[in-house]
Amino acid sequence: MSTGPKEYGIETRAIHAGARPDSETGARNTPIYQTTSYVFDDVDHAADLFNLQTFGFIYSRLTNPTVAVLEERIANLEGGRAGVCCASGHSAQFLAFFSIMEPGDRFLASRNLYGGSITQFGSSFKRLGWHVDFVDATDLEAVKAAIRPEHKALFIEPLANPGGVVLDTQRLADIAHENNMPLIVDNTLATPILFRPFEHGADIITHSTTKFLGGHGTSMGGAIVESGKFDWAKAGKYPTLTDPDPAYHGLSFFETFGDFGFSMKTRCVGLRDFGPAMSPTNAFNTITGMETLHIRMERHVENALKVATYLENHPAVAWVSYAGLKSSPYYDLAQKYLPRGAGSVFTFGVKGGYEAGVKVVESVNLISHLANIGDTRSLIIHPASTTHRQLNEDQQIAAGAGPDVLRLSIGLETADDIIRDLDEAFLFT
Amino acid sequence: MSSLLYDDRFLSDVLKSVKVIAMVGASAKWNRPSNFAMKYLQGKGYRVIPVNPGLAGGEILGETVYENLASIPFGYQMVDIFRNSTAAGEISDEAIALKDEKKIEVVWMQLGVQHNEAAQRAEEAGLKVVMDRCPKIEYGRLFGELSWAGINSGIITSKRLKR
Repeated sequence: MSTGPKEYGIETRAIHAGARPDSETGARNTPIYQTTSYVFDDVDHAADLFNLQTFGFIYSRLTNPTVAVLEERIANLEGGRAGVCCASGHSAQFLAFFSIMEPGDRFLASRNLYGGSITQFGSSFKRLGWHVDFVDATDLEAVKAAIRPEHKALFIEPLANPGGVVLDTQRLADIAHENNMPLIVDNTLATPILFRPFEHGADIITHSTTKFLGGHGTSMGGAIVESGKFDWAKAGKYPTLTDPDPAYHGLSFFETFGDFGFSMKTRCVGLRDFGPAMSPTNAFNTITGMETLHIRMERHVENALKVATYLENHPAVAWVSYAGLKSSPYYDLAQKYLPRGAGSVFTFGVKGGYEAGVKVVESVNLISHLANIGDTRSLIIHPASTTHRQLNEDQQIAAGAGPDVLRLSIGLETADDIIRDLDEAFLFT
Repeated sequence: MSSLLYDDRFLSDVLKSVKVIAMVGASAKWNRPSNFAMKYLQGKGYRVIPVNPGLAGGEILGETVYENLASIPFGYQMVDIFRNSTAAGEISDEAIALKDEKKIEVVWMQLGVQHNEAAQRAEEAGLKVVMDRCPKIEYGRLFGELSWAGINSGIITSKRLKR
């Protein structure tokens, strides 16, 4: 038996995976293939492409050579079998669920999610007949008790936005598998540099590439990656993947494409029929961003720990929720799953509650008050009045976004400058 | 993903060296995986000879269907087995018996098909063996096409692709 493929380190792969020099021109950097469509050799070639009998390009809603480089790079860094990129993190979640859900189906989700995801799952998915049950995923017994046989997936953010909550991914994967369903993990906040969910049992990963992967606040994007290890046929409850697909002349995606059948279904049915494609230029920007991902994440977590430590010792601050601090109830889990750092997004509360929090957000000078995370710039927001506004107060508190909560996304500026900016803002509280 | 590991160069050499492939279990139905693989490999310049006793004498994708490996009246370098693991053992042994007459060099068992004892016998007889892989997928992976669909080829190189 011959040996396996050569293994390169994650830093090398962040720069090279998916992107060999262009076969025609030798261009070393990935060209931006700014084209909607691709010529066919002849009618038979066109038919083969439409029937999925050969690999190739038809139309950039489905595949694009620049986007494909990013797809392979993300899949490679996550240690997955295949990736599909799309217009945003939200469309990634939509497409992932579309590949396994039918009207009337249910899934289980952690309640500690980005507020927009809670709204997407709880309100908009419901209109498609996809029903979500939320559970406190920090409580494994509660998860076991909440599972129903008809659940099609368990969805979590292992490092949750916004509250510094770290989940026991391996145990949750075991629980999901005992119940014949995949664990879907959104890895946006950690990125594969800090955490690789497939190494801890996850089956599907979603990303908002808008955040740390792109890293510069320039380009919207999303990604779905599959491990290739979940046996959809054995689980026996995923007809969208195992049964003949009427949208493709009776082709069964899992039988035909095996361990990347989920990705082919997501691309060839989900992307094809709903259309949230990533633009080639956004893919290029994100590819460029990813080439420094390992360097940036190191500095993001270094700065975040400095700022969190400063906040914890400041008399104006009521509490800090950052899993990298020893005071965090999630410190041990963070040490286990995120040894390189607990990300750079976390929350804190200032004494004086809502009013004082609003004052801080409005008084900072360097830190930007906006609704994004994972930028080179440090960012601040008051979730209760913005990202988590659609939730009621109970839901806000459950999601770690109560009225006094401020969320920071620590950037790559001089750490002392970020600290001084907060220090000066506290004078106004 | 399969637990079996093959060196990329080994697979690439196999796919570059063979010209004619006998595909055991080829289906006439266009939307079956074997038919997909046969059509794809034809498009890449391979001649693929379908073997299927139920369809013997008929035609699939322009090629005559044969009853078994022995009844193919000319040489072929690779036997691609689109049958279950149990049947793969017998077919692999047939290939060993015919290897000199038909100039067979490779026994390839499809994705999900593995027969370790048969593989050992074939290797001892001097044949190259690949199990639990699809030649279409490996061709696509090694020669860049699979990456077009976002699949992780695992390939890292600063060299331009040469087919």
